[in-house]
Amino acid sequence: MSDHAASALAHQFEDLDQQHEAASFGMWIFLATEVMFFGGLFAGYTIYRNLYQPGFAAGSHMLNVTIGAINTAVLIGSSLTMALAVRAAQTGKRNALVTFLILTILLGLAFILIKLTLEWRHDYVEGLAPGLNFTFAGAHAKSVELFFFFYFTMTGVHAAHMVVGVGILSYLLVQAWRGKYGPDRFNMVEGTGLYWHFVDIVWIFLFPLLYLIGGRY
Amino acid sequence: MWQGFQFVPDRASTIARGVDGLFYFLTAIDIFFTVIIFLAIFYFAIRYRRHAQRQQAEQIEGNLMLEIAWTVIPLGICVLVFLWGTFLFMRNARPPRASMEVFVVGKQWMWKVQHPEGVEEINELHIPVNQPIKLTMTSEDVIHDFSVPAFRVKKDVVPGMYTMEWFQATKTGHFHLFCDQYCGTNHSLMKGEVIVMEPAEYEQWLSGGIRGGTMADAGAKLYEQLACITCHGTGKGPSLAGIYGQPVKLNDGTSVVADEAYIRESVLYPAAKIVMGYKPIMPTFKGQVTEEQLLQLIAYIKSLRPAETPAPKR
Amino acid sequence: MGWHGKQECKCRVKTPAERLGRREGIEIMTTAAADTETRVNYLNADYGIKSWLLTTDHKRIAILYLLSISMFFLLGGIAAVLIRLHLIEPNGAIFEPGAYNKLFSMHGIIMVFFFLIPSIPAVFGNFLVPMMIGARDLAFPRINLLSWYIYVIGGAFTLYAIIWGGVDTGWTFYTPLSTTYLNTNVISAALGVFIAGFSSILTGLNFVVTIHKMRAPGMTWFRMPLFLWAMYATSLIQILGTPIVAITLVLVALERVFHVGVFDPAVGGDPILFQHLFWFYSHPAVYIMILPSMGVVSELITCFSRKRIFGYSFVAFSSVAIAVISFVVWGHHMFVSGQSVYAGIVFSMLSFLVAIPSAVKVFNWTATLYKGSISYQAPMLYAFGFIGLFTMGGLTGLFLATLAVDTHVHDTYFVVGHFHYIMVGGAMMGYLGALHFWWPKITGRLYPDGWARLAAAIIFVGFNLTFFPQYMLGYLGMPRRYAIYPPEFQTLNVLSSAGASILAVGYVIPLIYFLWSLKYGPAAGPNPWEAKGLEWQTASPPPTENFAQIPVVTEEAYDYK
Repeated sequence: MSDHAASALAHQFEDLDQQHEAASFGMWIFLATEVMFFGGLFAGYTIYRNLYQPGFAAGSHMLNVTIGAINTAVLIGSSLTMALAVRAAQTGKRNALVTFLILTILLGLAFILIKLTLEWRHDYVEGLAPGLNFTFAGAHAKSVELFFFFYFTMTGVHAAHMVVGVGILSYLLVQAWRGKYGPDRFNMVEGTGLYWHFVDIVWIFLFPLLYLIGGRY
Repeated sequence: MWQGFQFVPDRASTIARGVDGLFYFLTAIDIFFTVIIFLAIFYFAIRYRRHAQRQQAEQIEGNLMLEIAWTVIPLGICVLVFLWGTFLFMRNARPPRASMEVFVVGKQWMWKVQHPEGVEEINELHIPVNQPIKLTMTSEDVIHDFSVPAFRVKKDVVPGMYTMEWFQATKTGHFHLFCDQYCGTNHSLMKGEVIVMEPAEYEQWLSGGIRGGTMADAGAKLYEQLACITCHGTGKGPSLAGIYGQPVKLNDGTSVVADEAYIRESVLYPAAKIVMGYKPIMPTFKGQVTEEQLLQLIAYIKSLRPAETPAPKR
Repeated sequence: MGWHGKQECKCRVKTPAERLGRREGIEIMTTAAADTETRVNYLNADYGIKSWLLTTDHKRIAILYLLSISMFFLLGGIAAVLIRLHLIEPNGAIFEPGAYNKLFSMHGIIMVFFFLIPSIPAVFGNFLVPMMIGARDLAFPRINLLSWYIYVIGGAFTLYAIIWGGVDTGWTFYTPLSTTYLNTNVISAALGVFIAGFSSILTGLNFVVTIHKMRAPGMTWFRMPLFLWAMYATSLIQILGTPIVAITLVLVALERVFHVGVFDPAVGGDPILFQHLFWFYSHPAVYIMILPSMGVVSELITCFSRKRIFGYSFVAFSSVAIAVISFVVWGHHMFVSGQSVYAGIVFSMLSFLVAIPSAVKVFNWTATLYKGSISYQAPMLYAFGFIGLFTMGGLTGLFLATLAVDTHVHDTYFVVGHFHYIMVGGAMMGYLGALHFWWPKITGRLYPDGWARLAAAIIFVGFNLTFFPQYMLGYLGMPRRYAIYPPEFQTLNVLSSAGASILAVGYVIPLIYFLWSLKYGPAAGPNPWEAKGLEWQTASPPPTENFAQIPVVTEEAYDYK
């Protein structure tokens, strides 16, 4: 076990505790940069939503709240399985870890698939894809187009983060299958967990902002 | 004959002296602190240079009183300069009520100037001396900047909105007009002149240049050509008589002042604001009117007094 | 890469001390001690291109950065020389306006994003942060290597943009010019900057975690050298600010392709929103460029006056204060943009506030000289130059923060003079000072101090002659980014160009003697300057693991006696 512990410790750290703290702190800092990255988009969206309220409300009404809500549930569920995966890694339960990683990946893929096929493809076919196929010509057409631009950009950037997340989770899965993670070596799982929760939280902001404005109820 | 090297441009406006005064004060501060720092470094570097008798230094942690002093004193100077500069800025921000208006449209790479009396100029602005002039400006394409160093003013000229600057010239002459916001290939060629004349001369110049009537006249023609009256004269759309400068109630309960920006937006993006009690049926005229024509329409609408609404032709 | 086979040049008569013109009792290693260079250090620990391109050693990564940054500096410098040559004539001596516009855009983009922002953090931060805190490497060595590759890829995109057609947006990419009205390589240039931004973010992330979590036993926050405080403050800005410009450039690129009206008013967008988003990063960015140099100056002043810094905590907190306040002053770039008068007032007030911590630092550095034991080697001359020129240039910032004055000098050569005083007179001098101070540590070699001092003097003179006339040009009204200007501005322009040629000579000289020193310079020994600081307690060049044993720190910083 000491060999395992020794190889888990990178040469620049004094002990595993320091390594763990550094890895965790590093991920939090990275998430701070991600907040700023998305923040720019949120700022732009907020300003234009204020400027073009009718158009943005109209655009928002064209989104499918049910699918959005399903996706929200999927993502929250995946955060649950991710948290359980982190716990499993911390307690050295390999089978549980593998199971929960697979579940998280599946849920993540489900989210992306739902988005791609049921929402984006649908919007494209309906002529609501700015620059590619935008044929909406009703009232406030220009602001509706701007709304959809922000919709696609924000959910697109979010989806890109999810794809990266799924990729990392796949790598973790392979490593977990090989039994690489345990109580003294779980930083990557925990860090990815933090990242995954962050991506989830971004969606939790995106969903109301994009789908639920305009007082549709 | 050497007339003396110019450190500042011509002082040709009412604010130039004030701005230069503040500039000289700042220069004095800059020189003062630069000199004392340079001198201190020089003095300490020589006085405390390392030599056989001075291999070691005297270790000094710090001095709270000094820290406070050199925080508070610069802060005081900053506050002074800030207040002074803000005061000048605020004073120059609002044009006097009796300002003469001129309208400017910038485009790559020229300035198009319209006087209300109808005279149009390219890359030149003739104005009378000792008279406040208010420029209302917009751009047809990218952001430009209407800069007159001799007047110590500039303002960005932004597409999609009107910006304003004003000045009052204090001496006659020709003064540089520069575009001061990088706008593409011929940015440095987008130059012109502001030509300040005696009032009598200016009147003469003005009357010599009028061809087809005032801006308001041109606006009236456009109003007819674009058939605005079919709604605005029949009750389908709100009456425009006397609306300029007045608050307008919108259908969402808010109220907005009918200024140049509002009128422009109403012509180009009529759906953006709907007057209370009217339906959103106004079509857009985007692509049908140029920025200059918009200014002419605005001049016309400004000229409409209440109870002077032109009746629709039978 | 032939780092091995260094030998003392046997063909001279003078001793190393005499030849290098030093008198102040700095250790020189004799030929015998030069044998220590055959000992294993980070440079010769492994050979071959793979060992460099796949290294995770922070010191090697610093060298990789040094090489690529120097290349970009050369490119940006050539652009500068061409600009100044062109501006000798009012009608432009060399280029058509379109080509000139590409030239200043290239100069700005390269110098800002590919030279100044990475410079000290990526070279000296990478090399020194672990050593100064007594660690074996940064917290994330592989991410460190990744950040260099990201920098190189971003640089490649930008080089492509510049060489194949050029880009003429200016480094500021203002819309709708950049989104709609230019048909140059806007997207690839924006992409290059976007990518390079992640290099900056990862470097900052690495430093923050390292400084928080990996300090040697006994190294409390307030025992850290001030260079580390400066790197920490810089990293905060890199982490929080860079993502904003990243997403803004993405939006510009998307607007260019899809024309949806994010920033283009013709389709309902707000061009001033772009300015807000752009400057929200780009103002703090200028503090990324200056804070590290300030950290360097703290190291130089203390070492060459053999004194601890005057007012340590004030200097430390000033660094952090500058980083924090820098985020709320961006609107001072937009006083005449059409933003509201009240916004202008708020931003003006905050901009004055950000000047105060910088002033505090200048006074503390000067006070450190008092009753010191001062020597004048080249690094110290650069420190002196920095303090003087930064004072002058920083104070011109007050002119620009003043609403009424800025209305007159905005977008004129006054601004150009101001930021070059800070960037070149400040940041660049700090970089050169760092290079001259830590060169012996990094390479194990000494360079001739006489030539170094001469170069410093030439740079100082050339610099002032180049940029001081620009203040005058600006107040007289000459706009910036002008390929053609009214003839009455010619004299000052010619003076400026003359200064630039002197400055160029000043920059070439160090290149020569640094390269010379790699082969012929005497061995430096662990601590040629007798400086305090953990990096001087290990060999020059250091072994890969930095320290045989992690030191335990019991002294305060700059514990000179």
